[in-house]
Amino acid sequence: MSNKEWPLWEVFIRSKQGLNHKHVGSLRAADSKMAVENARDVYTRRSEGISIWVVESNNVFASDPSEADSLFEPADSKAYRHPLFYDVPDGISHM
Amino acid sequence: MKDLNIQELERRFQEKIDNDIKIEPRDWMPEEYRQTLIRQISQHAHSEIVGMLPEGNWITRAPNLRRKAVLLAKVQDEAGHGLYLYSAVETLGADREQTIDDLHTGKAKYSSIFNYPTTSWADMGAIGWLVDGAAIMNQVPLCRCSYGPYARAMVRVCKEESFHQRQGFEIISLLAQGTPEQKEMAQDALNRFWWPALMMFGPNDAESPNTLQSMKWKIKRLTNDELRQQFVDVTVPQAHMIGLTIPDKDLKFNEETGHYDFGVIDWAEFWEVVKGNGPCNKERVDARRKAKEDGQWVRDAAMAYAEKRKIQKAS
Ligand SMILES: [Fe+2]
Ligand SMILES: [Fe+2]
Repeated sequence: MSNKEWPLWEVFIRSKQGLNHKHVGSLRAADSKMAVENARDVYTRRSEGISIWVVESNNVFASDPSEADSLFEPADSKAYRHPLFYDVPDGISHM
Repeated sequence: MKDLNIQELERRFQEKIDNDIKIEPRDWMPEEYRQTLIRQISQHAHSEIVGMLPEGNWITRAPNLRRKAVLLAKVQDEAGHGLYLYSAVETLGADREQTIDDLHTGKAKYSSIFNYPTTSWADMGAIGWLVDGAAIMNQVPLCRCSYGPYARAMVRVCKEESFHQRQGFEIISLLAQGTPEQKEMAQDALNRFWWPALMMFGPNDAESPNTLQSMKWKIKRLTNDELRQQFVDVTVPQAHMIGLTIPDKDLKFNEETGHYDFGVIDWAEFWEVVKGNGPCNKERVDARRKAKEDGQWVRDAAMAYAEKRKIQKAS
């Protein structure tokens, strides 16, 4: 008897060929095979997916929301990364 | 961020809520917001799971294969709803098994409607039509709830609920158009489930002290009485359409307000059922507890097998 709780798994579903796997939620399962089978029953009862990824939740490392400002600010201040930053003279096309 | 005082954190939190910015699991949130959500979402999860029992009761006795397949799919959906919600509750740092044990010890509640017995096949119609119908009324505004994981779970749930209501309405309207005995079965089911369905929205607003805070946090978007009125307004014409009578002699369309006025709910009965004294409270919780206890060896065996395989792989 192990009497341990089944680990938590995060579930990612590819809804159709050509799209990314997207996080849909989590579930409990003893191992990865059971996690995939349970994910099929819990998250794809209406053909929501054609491919499933499961990742044990304690293997997910996340950024800290309270550090979001300092983490993402460098991107906000660089308007020159966007095409609208530049003036294209009249008469120039295909650019 | 660490040096912000609690008032400033609370101010920023409320500002996000007021601007309709969703709260996600790792964001700072007031402890009462977290506790309110843990309580509400786990009780919602329990309702989905306990709700499988009164309908599961009829799967083996469905009148034909089509009805059986449909009921099976519906009950399986309810299991899924419970699992989406337990998943959401875990994002708040709550222990899934602990919330389930709270159900089994009577500490946590679930929707009082599931403490009524299902004595005839017509009840499968009444439940889909009225109980899932009332659940939809409750759940649609929850899709806009301020807590991201709960709102997303509700979007999935609501997509699935509409088939639940339609299959129930199909059952009851077919019976209502059948032989006099069948029509009587349909009317009897409506008579027994109408008032408990109205009670599903909870106490009157005046008796619901937590509503105000929940609305301020945008967990709740409409009050109990507003939702109940919506439900009555859409359901009464459906009953008339299929020739059934709502068991309320005070029910009357009010030309001035544009809504149906309806009779007084028996709140004494409601509180008795909430307290655990409804017709099936004991049976329902016993069934859940037994399911968990009887399944313990299976869960243990699966875990032991997984651990053994992990060791074998490593060596
Ligand atoms: Fe449900
Ligand atoms: Fe349902």
